[in-house]
Amino acid sequence: MIELRDITKRFGAVLANDRVSFSVAPGTIHAIVGENGAGKSTAMRIAYGFYTADSGEILINGQVREIRTPHDAIALGIGMVHQHFMLVEPMTVAENIVLGAEPGNAAALDLKKAAAEIRKVSDEFRLSVDPNATIENLSVGQQQRVELLKALYRHAQLLILDEPTAVLTPQEVEEFFAILRRMREQGKTIIIITHKLSEVLAISDNVTVMRDGKVVGNVKTSETNAAELARLMVGREVLLRVEKPDAKPGAPILSVDHLSISGRDGAKRLNDVSFEVRAGEIVGIAGVEGNGQTELIEALAGLIPGAYVTGHIRFEGRDATNADARRRKELGIAHVPEDRHRRGLLLDSSLAENTILGVHYRKPAVTGPGDIILDEKGIRRRTEQVIKDFDVRPPNPALPARALSGGNQQKLIIGREFELPPKLLLVSQPTRGVDIGAIEFIHRKIVALRDAGCAVLLVSAELEEVTALSDRLLVIHNGAIVGEVDPKAVTNEEIGLMMTGGRA
Amino acid sequence: MLSAAFMKLLREILFPLIAVVAAFVVGGIVVFIIGDSPIQTYKLLIGSAFSWPDGIGYTLFYATPLIFTGLAVAVAFRCGLLNIGAEGQLYVAAFAAAWVGIKFGGVTVAAPGGPAVNTPYANLPMLILLPLCCIAAMGAGAIWGGIPGLLKAKFGSHEVINTIMLNFIAVALVSYFTQYHYKIPGDAIMQSAEISPKAHIARLGKFIPALPERIPLNIAFILAILACVFVYVLLWKTKWGYEIRATGQNPSAAEYGGISIRKQIILAMAISGGLAGMVGINEVLGYRYRYYDGFSANYGFVGIAVALLGRNHPVGVFIAAILFAILLRGGIFVDAFTMHVSKDIVDMLQGIVIVFVAAEAMFRGPLKKFGLMKRAKV
Repeated sequence: MIELRDITKRFGAVLANDRVSFSVAPGTIHAIVGENGAGKSTAMRIAYGFYTADSGEILINGQVREIRTPHDAIALGIGMVHQHFMLVEPMTVAENIVLGAEPGNAAALDLKKAAAEIRKVSDEFRLSVDPNATIENLSVGQQQRVELLKALYRHAQLLILDEPTAVLTPQEVEEFFAILRRMREQGKTIIIITHKLSEVLAISDNVTVMRDGKVVGNVKTSETNAAELARLMVGREVLLRVEKPDAKPGAPILSVDHLSISGRDGAKRLNDVSFEVRAGEIVGIAGVEGNGQTELIEALAGLIPGAYVTGHIRFEGRDATNADARRRKELGIAHVPEDRHRRGLLLDSSLAENTILGVHYRKPAVTGPGDIILDEKGIRRRTEQVIKDFDVRPPNPALPARALSGGNQQKLIIGREFELPPKLLLVSQPTRGVDIGAIEFIHRKIVALRDAGCAVLLVSAELEEVTALSDRLLVIHNGAIVGEVDPKAVTNEEIGLMMTGGRA
Repeated sequence: MLSAAFMKLLREILFPLIAVVAAFVVGGIVVFIIGDSPIQTYKLLIGSAFSWPDGIGYTLFYATPLIFTGLAVAVAFRCGLLNIGAEGQLYVAAFAAAWVGIKFGGVTVAAPGGPAVNTPYANLPMLILLPLCCIAAMGAGAIWGGIPGLLKAKFGSHEVINTIMLNFIAVALVSYFTQYHYKIPGDAIMQSAEISPKAHIARLGKFIPALPERIPLNIAFILAILACVFVYVLLWKTKWGYEIRATGQNPSAAEYGGISIRKQIILAMAISGGLAGMVGINEVLGYRYRYYDGFSANYGFVGIAVALLGRNHPVGVFIAAILFAILLRGGIFVDAFTMHVSKDIVDMLQGIVIVFVAAEAMFRGPLKKFGLMKRAKV
C-alpha cells in the first residue's frame, strides 16, 4: 500500500529521519513504535505532506508519488487522525466532516446530502455517530470516531493514527480496536503510532520500531513480545515491571475531609471527597481524565482560590485549608503538575532558573542582606545536584528548559520537587510523554521516596502505571471517589467499569 | 560547537540590526521616488548627530526621555504587560515635579504686579526640595502606572485599554491645572510658572568644559544610565525580578511556584510608571524649569518602539534610544537642507523599523540556513 524508501529529514542540526525505510502491506494494521523524538511522527507527517523529505521517496501502490501537501495525500487516499483532535466544537458532526470538502456549489452548502452520506459511512463501519450531533456534546471516544469518519468520508484507503488511544478509557480502547479490525476487514490499511506496547501486541499485524531517527526493526507482531520491542526501542534491556517492596505506612500525613470544589461556572468539579495518605505509602487515583483529578491535586497544592473550595485539608494533623501555594511548599508539600509546559516550567528560562521555581526566595537561591539578591553560586550548586541525581541531559544548567526532551524536562521537575525535601508528594501524570527508559527511572525514584517515608498521592491516566505503583488505589468518577481497590488484586476491567460509573 | 549563549546573543543583536538596515533600504527607495538623493539625505540624517558639541549633546538629550520610556515599556513587558500609558504617566509626572518645585519652592504664581493666583506651601532648601521633586515625578508616574495594574489585578480589566484611557485623562488633567492654577495670568503660552531655582538640576556643560551650557543635556542623562543598571539588576539579579519575569513568561507556572501574580502585575506597572515618570526630571528639572503643556514628542509611544527594538533589555533599550534620538536630531536637518524630503521621514523610518522588528518571522527562513535559529521541534 505505502512504502517509504530512505526518507531523510533534517531539522537544523538534528537528523529527525535517517534513511527511514519500511513498507505497509494493504489490508493490515501496522504499528510504528519508538520513544519520543525517535522520528515516528516526523516520518508520518512526511507521508501526509506536512513536511517534505530532504531525500528519499514514497511509493503508493508501487508507484513513486510526490506528496507535497496534505491535499496531495488526501487525493492519494491517505487520511490522518491527530493526537489532538482538529474539530470545531460548536459545530455539528456533519459540518466538521465536510469542512474543507464542502458538497454542493460554492453558494449553497448541501448539508442534508452530506449527512446522508456520513450516515452511510458510519453504518458501514458501525461507528454509530449521529451526523447532526454537536461536537461539544460528544464524549472523547465519539469525537475520535468523528475524526475517523472525516478521513473515511474523503475516501481514505490508508489511515494514519497518531497516538489514538492516549485519551481513551480501557473500554473505549476495546471498542476502538474493534472498529479498527472492522476497517481492516473492509480492506482499509491502518498505520498506528503508539508507545504502548500492550496495544501494539493486541492490534497490529506488523511493527516497525524506530530509535534516534532510524528504523531499528521490522517485525511481525506474532513473532515478537513486549520485552523485545522495549529493548529495540531503548537500545538496552528495560525493566517493564515496577519492583517494590510492600509499603510500611506510618502516621497520616494528608487528611482530606469532605472536600468539594466548584468551577467558575458554579458546577461541582469535586464532590465531597474524603481520604487519607500516610507516610510511606503511595495512594493512587485512577479515573478517566477530567473527572476531578486535576482540581483535586490543584486544590491540595493551594492553587485553587479558597472561594471555590469547601471542606478541610489537614497536613500532619494541622489545618492547611487556607495556606497558599508558597506556604504549602514550606510545609513540605511537593507537586509534580500534570501539564509540565503549562504549570511546571518556564520554558524559555534556564534549567538553573527552573530548579529554583518555588524556592527562589529563600536560601540557597538568595543571599545578601534581606535575602534579596539571587545567589548564582547557590543556584548553580542546587541545579548541578538535581541534574546529577536525576540524570538530566544535556547536563548544562544554562540551557533553556525548552531545549530538553519531554523525559528530561520531567526529570528536572521531579528533581526540583524531590529536593525540597517533601513530606507529601502530589504527582500527576508523572510519565506522560516520557520515553520508556525515563519512565523506569521516574518510577524507581517515586518508590525510593516512598521508602524514605514520604507520603505520595499519584494521579495517572495510565491504568498500568497507577496499578503498578500504588499501594492503595482510589477510583474517581464524576468528581467523587467511587471506591477503593487493592491494586494487586484488581483487574483492568473492574477498574475500567468503576471509572465509567459502573460498580465493580 | 559555538556556545548556546553566544548564539543567543548573536540572534538578539542580529534581528534588530537587520530590521534597521531593512528600514533604511526601504526608506532610501522612498526618498529616491520623492526625488532626492538617498545618500545625501542619510548623510544629513545621521551625520548631523555626530558633530561636537551640538550634535552629540542634543542627541544624548533627546535620547534621555526615550531611555526612560523604553525601560518603562520593557519592565512591563517582562511581566507580560503592555504599557501603552507611558505618555500619560510622564505627563502626570512632569506636572508633579513642577508642582512640588513651585508649591514647596516658595514660588508665588502671579503676573508682575498682579494678585497672586497661587501661593506656596513652603520654601524648602535645595537639599530637600530637589530630591522631593524627583520623588514626586517617579511617584506620580508610579501611581498613574499602578492604577491600570491594580485594575487588572483586581478585576482582570485589560491594561492596554486602561493605560490608553488614562493617557487621555492625564493630558486633560494636567492641562486643566496648568491653565487655571499654575499659569501666570496673561501668559500666552500654556505653561506653568517657573519652578524654584533650587529645584534645578545641573546641565552637563557645567562639568564638561568643552560642552556649552546652552545645550540642555543634563544630569537626567546620568540618571537614565543608572536606571538601565537598576533595571538590569532588578530583573536579573534579585528575587523580585525573578518573580516579575516568571509571571511574564508563564503566569500559571509562576502561580505554581508560589508567586502572587496580582502582586507582580501591580508592582511591574508601578515600576514601569515610575521609570516613565523620570522623563519629568529631564524635562522640568533639567531643561525648561517649568511644566510646558504638550512637551512630549510622543516619548511614551516611541518608548514602545525603543523597547521593541531593544528587545526589552536595558542595553538594547539604551542603544535603540540613541538610534531614535539620532533620527530625531537628524530629521531637523533633513527638513532644512533637502529639496523635497521633510522630517516626517523620521516617523516613517521608525514605523518601518517596527514593522520589520515585528515581522521577525520573515527572517527566520534565511537565518535558519545559517544555523542561527532555534532548532525546530522534532
